[in-house]
Amino acid sequence: MKKTKLVIAGNGMVGHQFLQTLADSAQLDRFDVTVFCEESRLAYDRVHLSAYFSGATADDLAMGNADLYRSWGLTVLTGETVTDINRDEQSVTTDKGQALRYDKLVLATGSYPFVPPVPGHDRPQCLVYRTLDDLDAIAAAAKNATVGTVVGGGLLGLEAAKALTDLGLKTHVVEFAPRLMAVQLDDGGGAMLRQKIEALDVSVHTEKNTQLIDDGEQCFHKMNFADGEVLETDLILFSAGIRPRDELALQSDLEVGERGGIVINNHCQTSDPSIYAIGECALWNKQIFGLVAPGNQMAKVAVSHLTGGSDSFTGADMSTKLKLMGVDVASIGDAHSRTPGARNYTFVDERAEVYKKLVVSADSKTLLGAILVGEAENYGTLLQYMLNGIHLPEYPDSLILPNRGDDTQTGLGVAALPETAQICSCHDVSKADVRAALDSGCCSLADVKGGTKAATGCGGCSALLTDLVNHELEERGVDVNRDLCEHFPYTRQDLYNIVRIEGIRSFDELLDKHGHGHGCEICRPAAGSILASCWNDFILTEQNVSLQDTNDTFMANMQKDGTYSVVPRVAGGEITADKLIVLGQVAKQYNLYSKITGGQRVDLFGARLEQLPEIWKILIDAGFETGHAYGKSLRTVKSCVGSTWCRFGVDDSAGLAIDLENRYKGLRAPHKIKFAVSGCTRECAEAQSKDIGIIATEKGWNLYVCGNGGMKPRHGDLFATDLDRATLITYIDRVLMFYIKTADRLQRTSVWMENMEGGLDYLRQVVIQDSLSLNEELEQQMAEVVATYQCEWKTTLDDPEALKRFRHFVNSDAPDSNIVFVEERQQIRPATPDEKNAIAAEPIKLVS
Amino acid sequence: MTTDTNWTAVCSQNDLVADSGICALIHNTQIALFYIKKEQAVFAVANLDPFSQANVLSRGLVGSKDQQIFVASPVYKQHFCLKTGHCLEDENNSIQAWPARIEKGQVEVLF
Ligand code: SRM
Ligand SMILES: Cc1cc2nc3c(=O)[nH]c(=O)nc-3n(C[C@H](O)[C@H](O)[C@H](O)COP(=O)(O)OP(=O)(O)OC[C@H]3O[C@@H](n4cnc5c(N)ncnc54)[C@H](O)[C@@H]3O)c2cc1C
Ligand code: SF4
Ligand code: FES
Repeated sequence: MKKTKLVIAGNGMVGHQFLQTLADSAQLDRFDVTVFCEESRLAYDRVHLSAYFSGATADDLAMGNADLYRSWGLTVLTGETVTDINRDEQSVTTDKGQALRYDKLVLATGSYPFVPPVPGHDRPQCLVYRTLDDLDAIAAAAKNATVGTVVGGGLLGLEAAKALTDLGLKTHVVEFAPRLMAVQLDDGGGAMLRQKIEALDVSVHTEKNTQLIDDGEQCFHKMNFADGEVLETDLILFSAGIRPRDELALQSDLEVGERGGIVINNHCQTSDPSIYAIGECALWNKQIFGLVAPGNQMAKVAVSHLTGGSDSFTGADMSTKLKLMGVDVASIGDAHSRTPGARNYTFVDERAEVYKKLVVSADSKTLLGAILVGEAENYGTLLQYMLNGIHLPEYPDSLILPNRGDDTQTGLGVAALPETAQICSCHDVSKADVRAALDSGCCSLADVKGGTKAATGCGGCSALLTDLVNHELEERGVDVNRDLCEHFPYTRQDLYNIVRIEGIRSFDELLDKHGHGHGCEICRPAAGSILASCWNDFILTEQNVSLQDTNDTFMANMQKDGTYSVVPRVAGGEITADKLIVLGQVAKQYNLYSKITGGQRVDLFGARLEQLPEIWKILIDAGFETGHAYGKSLRTVKSCVGSTWCRFGVDDSAGLAIDLENRYKGLRAPHKIKFAVSGCTRECAEAQSKDIGIIATEKGWNLYVCGNGGMKPRHGDLFATDLDRATLITYIDRVLMFYIKTADRLQRTSVWMENMEGGLDYLRQVVIQDSLSLNEELEQQMAEVVATYQCEWKTTLDDPEALKRFRHFVNSDAPDSNIVFVEERQQIRPATPDEKNAIAAEPIKLVS
Repeated sequence: MTTDTNWTAVCSQNDLVADSGICALIHNTQIALFYIKKEQAVFAVANLDPFSQANVLSRGLVGSKDQQIFVASPVYKQHFCLKTGHCLEDENNSIQAWPARIEKGQVEVLF
């Protein structure tokens, strides 16, 4: 069979969706596909473009992938633009002079940012915000700039403003209309958004008509407005709307709209039936759709039509939910209440800076539209009311009034949603699709996300999806079992409370009273940790010893060959020359591999079990203490030198770090805890990546909580600012004890925070406002732990019973012959299996 | 198969640690010994962890799973049945187990 020659102009988000849909349809082999991609990169996620300035790389944003496309058998030409269509010959020509025949042509050329033709708009450092190349140009220009201005206060303009602030520029937004986001918001919503954005130090100028851009006096440019005012700025970003890229249609006489856009029918065909147009370049029913979801629907319709299907495009909902500079903003349906007879409800909370509006039908039965600024949790629910014409409750305002904990049920039960209800518009996933995914074996939220892609686009639907999945799982009789393990029908939090309330001091007692069997490697260490958090007894007592992971049992970290590492505490990373010398001497005497850790201290590796007590005796005699590198407990408090030495430091960060490390050392928790203290905002101690992070300010200390590095990095949240030392410590006491009380086993503070209902605000209420009346108890519990601190190694050295286990064989003084080292870079390392075989004959060198 | 196995005395009962392990050397073989308090019984299995090739099983945590008493390797956490040496994750990596008992205050292994 002769293959259909299919040519696609444009490989943006919608162009990519088209290819993906075609590949999924399993009909690719009927086509001979060539894709022209003007940009030097294959399709990437433009929706998350701004993430490029907050750490995402081009690779992170990539959607298209050369290997994938190759495996689908496509010819993809990057950096090549289609310049002409010859409809009579059915061929296209490119800027590289290539001509190619087509049977079917798809235009997915997107749109371009509109730049108002103001005199001076083409000066250097006048840029736009659409492609990764644009972003590179912006970043380069920002290097020599201190002030940046965005022209346009719409959705994209505010995204661009965020980017400028991320680049460290003093940012202005200049808007022609009287309010921000004029398309999506009304005056009240726009005003609230403005207030919130100005609080983030972005200056907003509305009703400003730029007439001329020329040389500035302090800055590179001066913008002159119609009202006579001027604004100086080094860099200008135009974000004054988008225009469809319909130049190919104009050139080849396809029908285009009065104000641009390639006219398409319900099958996404242009006025020439062999040519399709999809995405932002297409005009359907006199409408351009500047969002990705409608474009994706068009892609699916075009594929369907090309492969003989009957899908049709019948318009799309333009509701949106976004986070702009950290502010939740949502606009649903007829937000401006243009429907005849429509009525509004509004709710304004000036203190919390929340604005909400509902637009309902004349009979108050159905929801027509809504605006949410400052708090948009109910977006998914409201959208479903609107899209599915679900009957509103008797008092529709209950949907926007804050839930004060009385019985009013404001949420829409997911059970009420019809099967066809679209849950995720980005990926067009309906309730039926989610149920089908569960029927076909998905059994968690993550599975459903992976299987359907729901909630992996803009993320606006994730709360609703979570509700739906949980509900459906419950319906299927899956109860999400949160029991610790088969031996205890309790969660970790339950067990913690049981231990506290009943004063249980041993695992055997806990197992007798509340569990069964012998315990296991899950509940034993969890119970060990709880007992330690509560009572802080020596971990190697006869009762406690069988609960400890091997690292805790031997108070050292086991390495791959069964040897251990030794990490003494070096509070705040500060160490005297004498102590450094001791570390060096010990390393030399026992031939240990020495390394500076990522936690500002020294790790000595390769100690055999029987050597640990001797080594620790030397260290303790020299004034060291255990570093708890093995425990789910406080690890290190990293510090920078701070005001003592650093010319920028505003407070004594090292001093505070040392005090904090000494206060919380030995505290056992559901997982390890790390702190850092920086002496100024330059943040050399990386405090924002720690469970507890502290940064000195001119007026005190800023406290960040629940950050972490590791597998899934998370920046800490700013919890409170400008604290004095005493308040700082009180807050840390409470946060940590509340974490110990309520976290799951092996849950870092970051995950704990992310799973906490109410999040940061809730934690603030508990810790600062004492909303649970718990603070006295939390502080007292911490005081007990602090008061009962002991260096576990010192206690062990004084306890002959505990020392008994520090030998490899119970019945021989021989060392473990399986431990073999070789030398590398003048230090030891474990031998590989091959090296071991090679030196098997040699007796190992013993260090006396 | 050899038949000349004997009950070999290894150490004193007092050397055992309740619900935890110790290691003994018998004719150049490293053996992990566990005392399980609830059963009042001692178990002997190989000390060599087949997954990490380190002699460390005596330092693992003990527990039970569906009535089977096991030790979890301290390195990569695989479970080994204390009675049979059977590896719960991967049969092919099961380890040797020996009968063990306490006689007159001495721990003995049939070796
Ligand atoms: C030694 C050290 C690496 C080094 O050479 O620098 C290290 C070594 C180990 N890390 Fe680490 N981590 C070390 C700093 C870090 C850091 C950096 C830091 O603390 O500033 C991080 C990222 C920051 C963080 O935790 O938020 C880090 C994130 C991890 C993680 C991932 C945690 C997570 O939440 O994703 C693990 C795995 C775990 O804990 O489950 C881990 C686990 C381990 C273990 C314990 C793995 C193991 O079980 O064998 C390693 C053995 C330590 C040993 O034998 O002494 N290590 N580890 C560092 C010791 C610091 C210290 O002085 O105590
Ligand atoms: C900063 C930013 C934030 C956004 N946020 C959101 C959001 O939160 N939610 C949302 O729904 N949408 C958002 N959008 C809009 C969304 O990105 C677009 O709707 C989507 O990218 C449209 O896809 P498209 O394929 O039609 O166009 P594009 O993604 O622009 O792709 C068109 C591609 O075709 C290429 N091209 C053009 N002409 C030719 C030619 N002649 N030959 C070859 N190649 C050609 C272009 O170079 C381009 O690469 C955002 C956009 C931006 C810029
Ligand atoms: S964080 Fe500030 S005070 Fe600390 S070392 Fe860096 S610049 Fe100096
Ligand atoms: S609606 Fe955007 S991810 Fe689901």
